[in-house]
Amino acid sequence: MTPREIEALLKERFGDRIPESRLDGLCSWSLVDPAAILEVARFVHDDEKLKMDHLELLGGVDYKDRIEVVYVVNSLTYHHRYTLKCRLPRDNPRIRTVESVWKVANWHEREAYDMFGIIFEGHSDLRRILCPDDWEGYPLRKDYTFPGKYHDMPV
Amino acid sequence: MGVLEGKFEDNVLVTSLDWVFNWARSSSPWPLSFGLACCAIEMMATGASRFDLDRFGAGAYRATPRQADIMIVAGTVTLKMGIRIRRLYEQMADPKYVISMGSCSNNGGPYWKYGYHVLKGVDEVIPVDVYVPGCPPRPESLLEGLIQLKDKIRRQTIARKSEA
Repeated sequence: MTPREIEALLKERFGDRIPESRLDGLCSWSLVDPAAILEVARFVHDDEKLKMDHLELLGGVDYKDRIEVVYVVNSLTYHHRYTLKCRLPRDNPRIRTVESVWKVANWHEREAYDMFGIIFEGHSDLRRILCPDDWEGYPLRKDYTFPGKYHDMPV
Repeated sequence: MGVLEGKFEDNVLVTSLDWVFNWARSSSPWPLSFGLACCAIEMMATGASRFDLDRFGAGAYRATPRQADIMIVAGTVTLKMGIRIRRLYEQMADPKYVISMGSCSNNGGPYWKYGYHVLKGVDEVIPVDVYVPGCPPRPESLLEGLIQLKDKIRRQTIARKSEA
């Protein structure tokens, strides 16, 4: 399916919970209401015409006024790809986990939590994945300040 | 280095003992088997047949710090790894030596300014005997570093330093 057809399908099914889309770039994307992400994820995974059986990437982006979670989903059956985005408030970014849809989301969400502090509600094991467990702050946030010391090692 | 160092009067016996100790230590400096980043690839190449680290008696990579004599810190030392490196170093038996291989482990290298997670030189956590520059150093450089370390080992003595 072309991105336009995918967008039409999503729009038809979810209506105003898909508030915005852009289809002209290299990576066509739709904005998804954060409250509906699990439902949308389940839909694109299960739908016979979409079959997005592969979560290619799940990442965070810090735009200074908001935090975005980006889901790049891919169909290994039909070879089409689409991007879903969710905008979250910067001071308390929380969103439902999609672990139950794509198992691989487990580690991706842990990484997004580690780097941006996004809380994935319902995640089975939300720990830091790269930084040490006692690390302070979220390194990829724009306002991150370097720690002066870690244990007794200067940074 | 070592418990015997600097404990004896300098005499002909000590000189012979020195020679035996240093010959043994410098002839088989077994490295601890661990690599941290791309330098480890060069270290592996150094150990393989073309460059053949075994020529210098240092080809027997040990999987445990208890059996290792030298530690080749090959790659980027993150803060998370820094703690573990210090523990591994403390677990090694005396006499022990450290070769710092590559820019990252010498001083943080490309992560010097913007690496929030990188230790700015492994010498912040453990004492280093030889620094091998390069990013990553070629196998020849590592061999040169090893030869420098062997020279350093051969200059060791168990004799007390004269008060002069």
